[in-house]
Amino acid sequence: MSRISDLQKNLFGGTASNARQFGMIATLVAIVLLFQIWTGGLTLTSGNLIAVVSQYSYILILAIGMLMVIVAGHIDLSVGSVAAFTGIVVAKTMQEHSLPWPLGILLGLLVGAAIGAWQGFWVAYVGVPAFIVTLAGMLLFRGGNQYIGNADTVPVPTGFRDIGAGFLPEVGPDTGYNNLTLLLGLLACAGVVWREWRARQTRRVMHADAAPLWVTGIRLAVMVGIIVFTTLRFAGGRVGTSFPISGIILIALVLAYSYYTRNTIGGRHIYAVGGNSRAAELSGVKLRRVNFLVMMNMSVLAALAGMIFVARSAASGPQDGLSWELDAIAAVFIGGAAVSGGLGTISGSIVGGLVMALLNNGLQLEGVGSDMVQIIKGLVLLLAVAFDVYSKSQGRFSIIGTLMRPFRQNETSTPVDPPNPASDQDKAPVAG
Amino acid sequence: MSSAPVLLEMRSITKTFPGVTALADVNLVVKEGEIHAICGENGAGKSTLMKVLSGVHPHGSYTGEIVYRGDTVRFHDIRASEQAGIVIIHQELALVPGMSITENIFLGNEPRKRGSIDWKAAQHRALELMEQVGLKEDPDTLVKDIGVGKQQLVEIAKAFAKDVKLLILDEPTAALNETDSQHLLDLLRGFRDRGITSIMISHKLNEIEAVADTITILRDGRTIESLDVEADGVNEDRIVRGMVGRELDSRFPDHTPDIGEVFFEVRDWTVRHPASDERLVCKGSTFTVRRGEIVGFAGLMGAGRTELAMSLFGRSYGTFLSGRVFKDGKEIHLKTVSEAIRQGLAYVSEDRKSIGLNLLDDIKTSMVAAKLSKISRHQVIDPVREHRIAEEYRQSLRIKTPGVDEEVVKLSGGNQQKVVLAKWMFTDPDLLILDEPTRGIDVGAKYEIYGIIQRLVGEGKGVIVISSELPELIGLCDRIYTVFEGAITGEVTRRDANPELLMKQMTSMKKTPSP
Repeated sequence: MSRISDLQKNLFGGTASNARQFGMIATLVAIVLLFQIWTGGLTLTSGNLIAVVSQYSYILILAIGMLMVIVAGHIDLSVGSVAAFTGIVVAKTMQEHSLPWPLGILLGLLVGAAIGAWQGFWVAYVGVPAFIVTLAGMLLFRGGNQYIGNADTVPVPTGFRDIGAGFLPEVGPDTGYNNLTLLLGLLACAGVVWREWRARQTRRVMHADAAPLWVTGIRLAVMVGIIVFTTLRFAGGRVGTSFPISGIILIALVLAYSYYTRNTIGGRHIYAVGGNSRAAELSGVKLRRVNFLVMMNMSVLAALAGMIFVARSAASGPQDGLSWELDAIAAVFIGGAAVSGGLGTISGSIVGGLVMALLNNGLQLEGVGSDMVQIIKGLVLLLAVAFDVYSKSQGRFSIIGTLMRPFRQNETSTPVDPPNPASDQDKAPVAG
Repeated sequence: MSSAPVLLEMRSITKTFPGVTALADVNLVVKEGEIHAICGENGAGKSTLMKVLSGVHPHGSYTGEIVYRGDTVRFHDIRASEQAGIVIIHQELALVPGMSITENIFLGNEPRKRGSIDWKAAQHRALELMEQVGLKEDPDTLVKDIGVGKQQLVEIAKAFAKDVKLLILDEPTAALNETDSQHLLDLLRGFRDRGITSIMISHKLNEIEAVADTITILRDGRTIESLDVEADGVNEDRIVRGMVGRELDSRFPDHTPDIGEVFFEVRDWTVRHPASDERLVCKGSTFTVRRGEIVGFAGLMGAGRTELAMSLFGRSYGTFLSGRVFKDGKEIHLKTVSEAIRQGLAYVSEDRKSIGLNLLDDIKTSMVAAKLSKISRHQVIDPVREHRIAEEYRQSLRIKTPGVDEEVVKLSGGNQQKVVLAKWMFTDPDLLILDEPTRGIDVGAKYEIYGIIQRLVGEGKGVIVISSELPELIGLCDRIYTVFEGAITGEVTRRDANPELLMKQMTSMKKTPSP
């Protein structure tokens, strides 16, 4: 038993949050495998993986912003409408004033920032709950979209479509693969190795016992293996397709925002505000500014997601972004964020978003109707959060621990277990 | 007393949590009609024992036996123990603020007539119960509109509505002022005369000495001893010895004050209540703090000490009307908390759980939270420095925890308080305002906190201590201001300080010149 827990501790870092992440990744892998078998191998084909990324990157981009909103203790219901509004404004301006597409993108981001400032103002400075402000925004900007676009679709120029439908170009020698995608995969591998090495260095400086080298080795091998596999899939698709541009935008955002939330003062302030706003205020955190920026940031990301969606579908329409907010919020909660704020990670939300995207995709591949898709998504959200709540009430989360519980003799935390006077006290509590 | 029959016996109760033994072979014998006090430091297992008794930790999750009124009982939840007449009143009151006194008294226990609530009967019975606990209020008053002391009485009335045989009170007077505490203790004596048995958990040893018939002392999850107050001639020192396992020579560490110049001065500080236009919470308060000096603020609850401190600390309370603050002879402005921190002020709140700490955080994150810039470069936090600094504080303040990655919520009250102190020491303050720094903390940890305060003034900082415990102020402070209804009513030096003088100034507007 203790050997298993040691191994678990070493492989997954041993802390509660790492173990939770592991649990979510395990869920994701399970879903992938399930659909892979169910669809007879369709899920992991090049074409499908590429389609998943370009089709659902908007959920993930929204999930990044939504995570920060939810961690700060708010909610944003308006993201779908904001995305649609931005899309129509950008499409219309480019069409009627023949605005060059790079300026169109800039305009879209500015529109997002302005909307965000509007909503942030009401939330942070007037004190209206974000639920209400963004419920109002949901109506406001959905109506705005239809007002500006006359409830009609507006096409966008070719250059603009690249951010949603473009791929990494073919360059260099003919390797049978897309070279830039291969390079990207190589960079990812290098990044993973570097990060692992840095983590070991840090632990050494802190005089914490680092995991044995072979454990690090296994972990790296698994991660590099996954990266190599996906890289080859993306690089080996139909000629002309490769890793989507929207995927690159997504990766850049994920890296930047993970770093921001984990390693900077601003990021930590968001968690402080969500964890205990009064304590944060009395520690010198500028509460209003944090709330304002978080709401504003969300709208900017929603604007970006909206533009990517418009670019992919080549036109902006009145039905764009319908019920996106629900996908994004579900992704964040499946990813382990707390409903009451203060807890959650970008990487968790991304995994949650991927779960949602793969569910959508897999059910679609199987030709399941949208009625069943909604029912299944609803149940997945409920079960994921219920499982989280349950595991929290049982102490720390532990997949292996959960699986091993029936065999364990020294467990006393659960009331259902018979008391066992022979429980050995000298053994450290099972980590993670 | 010894002839009375045994009401409750808990035999060799052992309760373990993963990795921790909370109770090891604990025995408790409570006789009918007595007031039984349970003493022990924080983490000694008092609350766990009461949770075992009341069924919060259900039968089966512990080993040992509970014999109640002659029968072995197995409570599977709180409802089962309440049906047997065991009612526990927690430190955090379980009342619904927006409901009336009557509604609260019968919450979950509503008198029914033909399927709907019989409000007439409830009203009638509520008046009876309120009479019994000495609560004079309109039963339709909302609970949020009455003071903590009266809320406590509503809780007790609620217990009586359930036909209580054994009343358990967890820190009943922690949040009460002297008058309300006294009233509550008298009430307990009255219950005893009527044959109701009470178990009382308290850190206030003087109260225990005053009302308890029997005292059981727990330490580290074990029963140390059971004392008969009259027969054994128990006094406070005797209890302390049992709790800490050694004789405390003194409640305060030795300290030779080294007091310098006045460096902090507040003049005519006037602040209005946030909700009411007429009410002033600070009325022209003027005071000074010298380097190396511990200055006390004495006053009854609601006198405006916390309001004064918080309004100084970046205007965190009320509406600022007038007043000036000088530091080292220069006027400073403290309009926001970050300005106050930059100017070298630190405020350690009286309520560490709801406004002092983010309970989701781990220890190291909490410690650096008030000055992240100190461990950052270009806004990026250096995790290695964060860890190292937290480790330093853990060792120098002797915080009992396996590591600084632990969540603060797992620490005992005393250790949490040390984390909060570390958080504010980390901001390199010149003036620390400590609001009730030892509330809810056991004797051993108090001693250590006093030591930390003395070390801080030893470094030339000024410390303001706000406390409701006069012995603490008298033992610790070099100078004490008394506050009454928002105004400073007196100033007493260590030499002249005594409880009578302070109490007189704390309860009257008349300024008594210190002799």
